[in-house]
Amino acid sequence: MNSVLYDVPGPKARRRNVVYTIVFLAVLALVAYWVLSALADKNQLAAEKWSPFVTDSQVWTTYLLPGLTETLKAAALSILIALPLGAALGIGRLSDHRWVRVPVGAVVEFFRAIPVLLLMMFSSAVYAAYTPVSSDLRPLYAVVTGLVLYNASVIAEVVRAGVLSLPRGQGDAAVALGMRKGQTMLYVLLPQAVTVMLPALVSQLVVIVKDTALGGALLGFGELLSQNRQITANYGANTIAAFTVIALIYIAVNALLTYLAARLEKRLRQGRKAAAAKDTAPIVNVEMGGASTGGL
Amino acid sequence: MFDFLDSGQYDLLGAFWVTAQLALYSAIGSLIWGTALVAMRVSPVPLMRGFGTAYVNLVRNTPLTVVIVACSFGLNQTLQITLGGENFEEIGFRLAILGLTAYTGTFVCEALRSGINTVPAGQAEAARALGMSFTQVLTLVILPQAFRAAITPLANVLIALTKNTTVAAAISAAEAAFLMKEMIENEADALFVVFGIFAFGFILLTLPTGLFLGWAAKRLAVKR
Repeated sequence: MNSVLYDVPGPKARRRNVVYTIVFLAVLALVAYWVLSALADKNQLAAEKWSPFVTDSQVWTTYLLPGLTETLKAAALSILIALPLGAALGIGRLSDHRWVRVPVGAVVEFFRAIPVLLLMMFSSAVYAAYTPVSSDLRPLYAVVTGLVLYNASVIAEVVRAGVLSLPRGQGDAAVALGMRKGQTMLYVLLPQAVTVMLPALVSQLVVIVKDTALGGALLGFGELLSQNRQITANYGANTIAAFTVIALIYIAVNALLTYLAARLEKRLRQGRKAAAAKDTAPIVNVEMGGASTGGL
Repeated sequence: MFDFLDSGQYDLLGAFWVTAQLALYSAIGSLIWGTALVAMRVSPVPLMRGFGTAYVNLVRNTPLTVVIVACSFGLNQTLQITLGGENFEEIGFRLAILGLTAYTGTFVCEALRSGINTVPAGQAEAARALGMSFTQVLTLVILPQAFRAAITPLANVLIALTKNTTVAAAISAAEAAFLMKEMIENEADALFVVFGIFAFGFILLTLPTGLFLGWAAKRLAVKR
C-alpha cells in the first residue's frame, strides 16, 4: 500500500529523496550527538559501566537471568490460568440464559475497565489481609492474580468474537445433527474458533510479559525490571547501561513471541484455506499492555 | 463506611484530576508523535521508513513501566533532565507524559496505518494523477480518511492510555494509582471500599470516552 502513495521516483524525486535522507540523517546524528554527549558528561559511557554485561557472567547469573525467570514464570502462570478462565467467561457471555449472560458480561466489562496495576495492588492487599500467603510469595501471587483477572476478561472477548465470527450454519448444522448445546460448543464451534483466535491469544502473551514489569516497579516483585536497582547498586551507578540491557531483553523476548504468532497465523491460514467457506479474517486485537492496553 | 474520606487526608478528586491531565496531555502528544511516525513509515524516503519501523517495533515491545522508570532514573536522576519542572511532583508529571507519549505514539501509528489501509488505492492513484505531491496526497486525501476510519482503534488506544497513566505511580506522580496505594496502606480495613472507589473512578473516565468515540466512529465513518 505504501507504493500507491507515490510514484516510482524519477531523477528529480530521487535527488529530492537524497536531500531528505541527508537532512533526516543530520537530525538523527544531532540527536545522537546530544544524547551521547549528555551521557558522556555524566560518565555513563565509560567502559566499566557497560563491560560487566559482557565480561562478568555474574551480572547475568545473579540478577538478569533470575529476574527473567521470574518474569516468564509470572507470565506463564497467568496465561495458564487466564486461558481456561477466559474461555469459560467467553462461553458464559454467549449463553442462552440471561442469568448467566448478564452477570458474566458485567464481570468481563468491569475487569476490562480497571487498570491492571489497581488489580495487582488490590489483590496484594487482599492476600496480605485475608490469606496466609507468605510475604515473599505475595508479590508473585498479586501480579499473577491481577494479570489473570484482566487478561481472562480480554481473552473472554477474544473467544466470544472468535465464536461469533464463525458462519451461522456451523452451529445450525450441529443442532440439526441432534447435538446438545454443550456438544455444539465443545466439538463444533470452539475448535474452529481457536484457530481463528490463536494469533490474538499469542499476542496477548506479549501484553502479559510487559505487564509483569508493573509488579517489579510497585509491588516488590523480583522480576527483570526490578533487577536494575541491584545492578546499579553493585556495578557503579550504570543506570543507562542497565536499563538498555533490560529493555533489550524484553524486546528480544517479545519480538520472539510476535514472530511465533506470525508464523502460527501463517500456518493456520494455509491449513484452513481449503476448508474455510468464508475467509475468516483474524481478529485484530491491538493490545497495548502496560496497565491495559492492551485494550488496544 | 466512607468516613475516612471526610478526614480531608486524601485528595481523591485531585488525584483523578492528575490522571485526567496525564491522559489528556499524553493523548495530544501521542497523536502528534503517532502521526509523524506513520508519515515516516509510509514516506518514499527509505531511511525514514526504516527509522519509523525500528522505533515502533522497539518501543512497542518494551514494557511501559520500563519506559517510564527509565525516564525517571535515566533522564532525571542520571542526566538531570527536569523538562522545566521545578519540584519533584512536577518533574514526575512531565516525565510521565514524555514516557506515555513515546510509548503510546507507536500504537497511534499502528492504528493510523490500519486506517490508511482502508483507503482504496484508487484514491491515492487519482490524487497522484491530479499531479499532487506525496505530502499533498498524504495530508489532503489519505490521512483525513484514515483518521475517520481509525477512530475505533484510536478510541481503544485512548482508553488504554487512560488506564496506562496508573503506571506513572511507579515514579511517584500524584495520580490515582499512587493515592490508592497510600490509601490501601492506611485504611486496611476499608480495602474493598477503597478499591471500589478507584474502580468506579476509572469506569467513569473510560466509559464515556468509549461511548462518545463509538458514536463518533459511526457518525464519521466514510461510507463506501
